[in-house]
Amino acid sequence: MDLSAINPVLLIASLMVAATPLLLAAIGELVVEKAGVLNLGVEGMMIVGAIAGFATAVESGSPFLGFIAAAIAGAALSILFAILTQFAQANQVASGLSLTLFGLGLSALMGQSYVGIKPPQMGDIHIPVLSDLPVVGPILFGHDIILYFGIALTAAVWWVLKYSRIGLVLRAVGENHDAAHALGYKVLKIRLMAIMFGGACAGLGGAYISLIRVPQWTEGMTAGIGWIALALVVFASWKPWRALLGAYLFGGVTVVQLNLQAAGVAIPVEYLAMSPYLITILVLVILSADKSSAPASLGRNFHASR
Amino acid sequence: MKLTKLLTSAAVALGLAAGAAWAQDKTKVGFVYVGPVGDGGWTYEHDQGRKAVETEFGDQVETVYVENVAEGPDAERVMTQMALEGADLIFTTSFGYMDPTINVAKKFPNVKFEHATGYKRADNVSTYSARFYEGRAVQGTIAGHMTESNIVGYIGSYPIPEVIRGINSAYIHAKKVNPDVQFKIVWAFTWFDPAKEADAAKVLIEQGADVILQHTDSTAPQAAAQAAGNVITFGQASDMSEYAPKPRVSSIIDNWAPYYIARTKAVIDGTWESVDTWDGIGAGMVGIGEITDAVPAEVKEAALAIKDSIANGTYHPFTGPLNKQDGSAWLAEGEVADDGTLAGMNFYVEGIEGDIPQ
Repeated sequence: MDLSAINPVLLIASLMVAATPLLLAAIGELVVEKAGVLNLGVEGMMIVGAIAGFATAVESGSPFLGFIAAAIAGAALSILFAILTQFAQANQVASGLSLTLFGLGLSALMGQSYVGIKPPQMGDIHIPVLSDLPVVGPILFGHDIILYFGIALTAAVWWVLKYSRIGLVLRAVGENHDAAHALGYKVLKIRLMAIMFGGACAGLGGAYISLIRVPQWTEGMTAGIGWIALALVVFASWKPWRALLGAYLFGGVTVVQLNLQAAGVAIPVEYLAMSPYLITILVLVILSADKSSAPASLGRNFHASR
Repeated sequence: MKLTKLLTSAAVALGLAAGAAWAQDKTKVGFVYVGPVGDGGWTYEHDQGRKAVETEFGDQVETVYVENVAEGPDAERVMTQMALEGADLIFTTSFGYMDPTINVAKKFPNVKFEHATGYKRADNVSTYSARFYEGRAVQGTIAGHMTESNIVGYIGSYPIPEVIRGINSAYIHAKKVNPDVQFKIVWAFTWFDPAKEADAAKVLIEQGADVILQHTDSTAPQAAAQAAGNVITFGQASDMSEYAPKPRVSSIIDNWAPYYIARTKAVIDGTWESVDTWDGIGAGMVGIGEITDAVPAEVKEAALAIKDSIANGTYHPFTGPLNKQDGSAWLAEGEVADDGTLAGMNFYVEGIEGDIPQ
């Protein structure tokens, strides 16, 4: 056992990278669910975002364009879900699941000619003095721009949901769509916007995996992160900052357990391997003891005539 | 008149249908994959084998495959479905399919099954595997010469005999050329999860490893090594030559095509029997990918010498004297490990640190 082999600074820096795809997808889904829609297609939208972003980045040479394309692709796929559930009144659970299956297949098809190609690098930002600071520099000031975007997005979503008028309307639609409708709010339009926002975020999260975290394209490369994001939203009791905490915990424990293994710590590997799931759930369950509940209209379809 | 015409055409249609049914004596071969065919590694090579079967027999065979099948009950469902749809021969290509394969084979005594890397057989279940540890001996030799930090990182999938053999073989040969070498082993507990594999590689590199060996299926560790700079890797299961000449300096390539063709032929000819096949470099089931110029000429020569001596049978990677991790004697001077011990290997050799997860 040699714990000195673990460099805490690099550890924290890499756990932030590991957490970002999860955070992006979870924040998007959080907004969708706050509007009363349950979209189980996060995994599908992520993987389509991953390949769309990857392909665009490779063809254009610009990772930045790749991220934009990923957001558009994720949102486009989510429109399909919106049409099915909001306009055709299809079951949300079934539609979401099929969106995931569809996304996995579509991404495999789109990605056929991109296996084994290296994407253009997205440089880390470098702030002259700050990035060179010991300890704080690599942790806080040495990342790629999307990582900061994820944190900023969390703050923005929190602020909008809590303090802005549009957040209030969104929550009203999610809590009681009939009342919101009676007050004259366009329930379907608001939900469509929320679903597209969720799709765009999931797409970004997927592209973060294929362009920065791994970086390459492989079929099925999101490997269940979309599902973890879904669970995270519930365990975070629909609160943005808890989602951030949960994502960092999950990413953090994942990286820490690999570090402990490599350092030869005498904890059985099985326990280490299950620890990210266990610890994240445990912490968030304890936090959610304040009985914050799900949006009341979550998963229920709305039709103006009823 | 009309009725007669109707009856006639119905009869014709029936006849056609029956004719079609008779013509359908194609041999149907099914493949169950643990990852996607585009993983660039393990499943990709199995699928190359499937394509080779199609090319070889053309219209005589029909192949079907299902990818991303989880090990466990899901695999049983997929195999049952294949058997019900008339498959004559089913290849199940992951260790975790062992019990499902045996279970399904009991229900379909007329369907032949072939399970890769397992050890349970039945009258209609064969097993086949490749002696990947022979390739690991070559990799270990290169790794021992090339490492400057004397730390070699190893990404394991599951603690099964196949993976442990690989670790032992690589370690023995790295140690032989570099007595100071140390192995850091991380268990990913997955065959395929690019993000996790990349994380594992990054962690190992952060802890000083400058050679990464992987026993997982995706190319993600290669990408991580490339990003880190001065680190070398080896292609796993497939050549992964898109990462050559560096970080990927060589590879183990699984070549299943000849075996799949031979076994399909046996089913067509009606000569299929339950057998246990375990071939290595000599028989061509394990290939060593080109050793790139990132490796000095004398190291390359040493690696190729090992490869040749294994191929022609003059050298066995597990030749004594070798002790187990706890220091107890395993193989005496000049003694060679028997296949039974190798097939069930559940211990590290002396010098490797850490415990095998149980």
